[in-house]
Amino acid sequence: MAVDSVTIALVGSGGAGVMTAGQMLLDAAAQVGWYGLMSRSSGPQIRGGEAAALVRLSPKPVEGPGDRFDLIIAFDWQNVERFAAELPMTAESVIVTDPSQGDVPAVLAASGARIIELPIKELAGKIPGGRVNMVGLGAVASIVGLPRAGVDAVIDKALGKKGEGAVKASAAGIDAGAKEVAGWGLGLELTAPEARTGIRWNISGNEAAGFGALKAGVKFCAAYPITPATEILEWLAPNLARTGGLLVQAEDELASINMIVGASFGGVPSITATAGPGLSLMTEALGLAVASETPVVVVDVMRGGPSTGIPTKSEQSDLNIAVNGLHGDAPHLVVAPTSIADCLFTTQWAVHLAEALQTACIVLSDQSMGQSRAVVDKPADQPFKAQRLLADGLDSGELFKRYAVTGSGVSPTAIPGMPGGEHTADGLEHSERGLPSSQSSDHHKQLDKRLRKLVGHDYGIHWADIEGDGDVAVLTWGSATGPAREAVARLTAAGHKVRLVSLRLLSPVKPELVAEALKGVSRVLVVEQTHGAQFHKHIRAHVDLPGTVSVLSQPGPLPIRARDVQQALASIL
Amino acid sequence: MDTHLVEEVAALTPGDYKSDVKPIWCPGCGDYSVLAAVTRALANMGLARHNTAVVSGIGCSSRIPAYTSCYGFHGVHGRSLAAASGLKLARPDLTVLVFGGDGDGFSIGGNHFLHACRRNVDMTYVVMDNQVYGMTKGQASPTTEADWCESKLTPEGPGVNPIQPVSLALACGANFVARGFSGDPNEVARLIVEGVRHPGFSVIHVLSPCVTFRPEQRGWKSTVHPYGRQPTDDPNEAMRAVLEDDGFGLGIFLAGNRRPFAPAGTAVKTIQQIEEGFAV
Repeated sequence: MAVDSVTIALVGSGGAGVMTAGQMLLDAAAQVGWYGLMSRSSGPQIRGGEAAALVRLSPKPVEGPGDRFDLIIAFDWQNVERFAAELPMTAESVIVTDPSQGDVPAVLAASGARIIELPIKELAGKIPGGRVNMVGLGAVASIVGLPRAGVDAVIDKALGKKGEGAVKASAAGIDAGAKEVAGWGLGLELTAPEARTGIRWNISGNEAAGFGALKAGVKFCAAYPITPATEILEWLAPNLARTGGLLVQAEDELASINMIVGASFGGVPSITATAGPGLSLMTEALGLAVASETPVVVVDVMRGGPSTGIPTKSEQSDLNIAVNGLHGDAPHLVVAPTSIADCLFTTQWAVHLAEALQTACIVLSDQSMGQSRAVVDKPADQPFKAQRLLADGLDSGELFKRYAVTGSGVSPTAIPGMPGGEHTADGLEHSERGLPSSQSSDHHKQLDKRLRKLVGHDYGIHWADIEGDGDVAVLTWGSATGPAREAVARLTAAGHKVRLVSLRLLSPVKPELVAEALKGVSRVLVVEQTHGAQFHKHIRAHVDLPGTVSVLSQPGPLPIRARDVQQALASIL
Repeated sequence: MDTHLVEEVAALTPGDYKSDVKPIWCPGCGDYSVLAAVTRALANMGLARHNTAVVSGIGCSSRIPAYTSCYGFHGVHGRSLAAASGLKLARPDLTVLVFGGDGDGFSIGGNHFLHACRRNVDMTYVVMDNQVYGMTKGQASPTTEADWCESKLTPEGPGVNPIQPVSLALACGANFVARGFSGDPNEVARLIVEGVRHPGFSVIHVLSPCVTFRPEQRGWKSTVHPYGRQPTDDPNEAMRAVLEDDGFGLGIFLAGNRRPFAPAGTAVKTIQQIEEGFAV
């Protein structure tokens, strides 16, 4: 009997090529019409450390990790103990191990998983130029029933640039692996894909965020590398240049944020990307963007914190600093994508909102979305663009009021090059003209308008993903949405009525919208990946949640799995 | 400076580049003269106000943008060069001038100064150096003498040697380096014009006395002297010569030939073409 989802870990030290094999597996699955998700688990080493490619395949879209690993194939066991906790298994799981690499570590064997030996290194050694990862790929492809044509289609793409020899050696390795496992009968064949309708993409969250920025019309990025955000910057570098924009590498995050503030003052939609340590450095200038009403977008790809924390692993624990990290009363926007594909829309929307509302917007992605790659249906085109409200009638001869108090709170602006609009944008509190002022009346008027423009804005339907109904609701955000959605789907299939509310707009919180989304709910489960229940506290500060509230809040680096949400829901159903 | 940056403007006078805002500076502050020099330089060049951006950080001298009638950006402490670099890279059509003091530029902003010099974006940085933090009421800055004991924060003196901005600028690769004295605003105006017209990053170190916290700096008018050499385009020669400088020599030390950093993308792909790269 075929299965509807299979979760596979390819494990090996840095040089074994597990990431290449994992990507090829995902690509091949996409070729034949399956969906999939590949995330990475790796240590801090640049090369040679422990690593695992975590791949989940299904005929249906995949938005989160599987409950357990069905199959683990190890090229070696070097330091695997360090992330064994990330590889949950049961007695139904299968471990494929190379006898030349020693025993299966006790911590994994303790699961009771079935252990099968496969002389991967020996098989690869018999092939001139043969590599263990290709033997492993052949074995896995065969075990899950991936048609060989799908694998062949990706060999060229992945290895063609290494020459014909490499392609031949890979094909031979895949053959060898497939041949060995034929007849094992593990029962891990995946259900055949449904007929494909529409275009599918193979995209990472970091690429999607970069592309969202581009679609919104971003033309400038200042970049300082940091794990796990660097791929956004590296993707934007060539693609901004190709579309007439520019990326410049800055000397630090203080420079990158101030550079984009400067560029945006020049009227050019601008972005940067960083992670927690960089966001910490940027908070002063984010306040400058708020006070001077200069639109900027910062994508924070969250990792384990505080301090340097766990750079290569995911957590949602930058919520507090993103919402509350600026000194003074500094209302600004915080939004979060709800899936890998949604990194595109949410970043595009963030640029649109920042420009329309002339403020700073922080996009809270995280490592599990940013550095994971998914096969997804091509996201629908969205119209959101960077568009700033520009002043007209600047030739009146009157001095321009850059910070004019308006009903909406948004003041028509002028950008350098517009005669008659000359003004000084200022981080000092200012009068309507922008002149430094410490008068209470100016301070109060400007505070009011900077808040009013955010609170009064119509965010449309995009402020949250709301699905299903019933008097039980899961309230969540960000990368926790995928597992929550899967748990809700399972319970719904079992006849329960469960609602999913995942917030895309995290700040400002719109209490009336949250209340409406939870109308009729008597039990709420809050789901988030933090130690301090940051999201729960944030929402409770603004909204009286209905009925009984329980919280599933667990820190990284372990991902939240659908099973975790399902169990938490089961206890309140 | 590119000729296209200069627009025909109906003969603006220095006064036309001044705003109606009264400076917060103390009577006798050297910064008044620098402001006069700036407006004179802008008038001399005939720059259109709307195509000129004046960027600064925090401190007494950093108040200057609002005192001009150009576009101004008054950012946070120490980051003026970063903001200005972003502005100029994103909007190469603008003339960008950056102003600040010795604390803003060399202490909190020291890293950005280093990288602005080596990056060589085409803009002009005027540092008004009074060897003291004035706005916070008189503390030692990176250019203060080690034995200056007038600050409550360092009553025994800062105890560390001051840096020399001109040699630092040269060491870091600035393309145009000059020193002026606020007591001679005509000369400062000339240096600013030269700096703006010279391609790349221009550093103009202006000795600008703080009469409140460093009243002895009133004596600078008899300490400064012409540097006494012709400007060179060779950074090594300029660096050797600066070793003999006493910190009060005025003039242009270097007018180098490094190409400004001005990367520019060209639209060769559409969004749709990029999107196709994601398709399975």
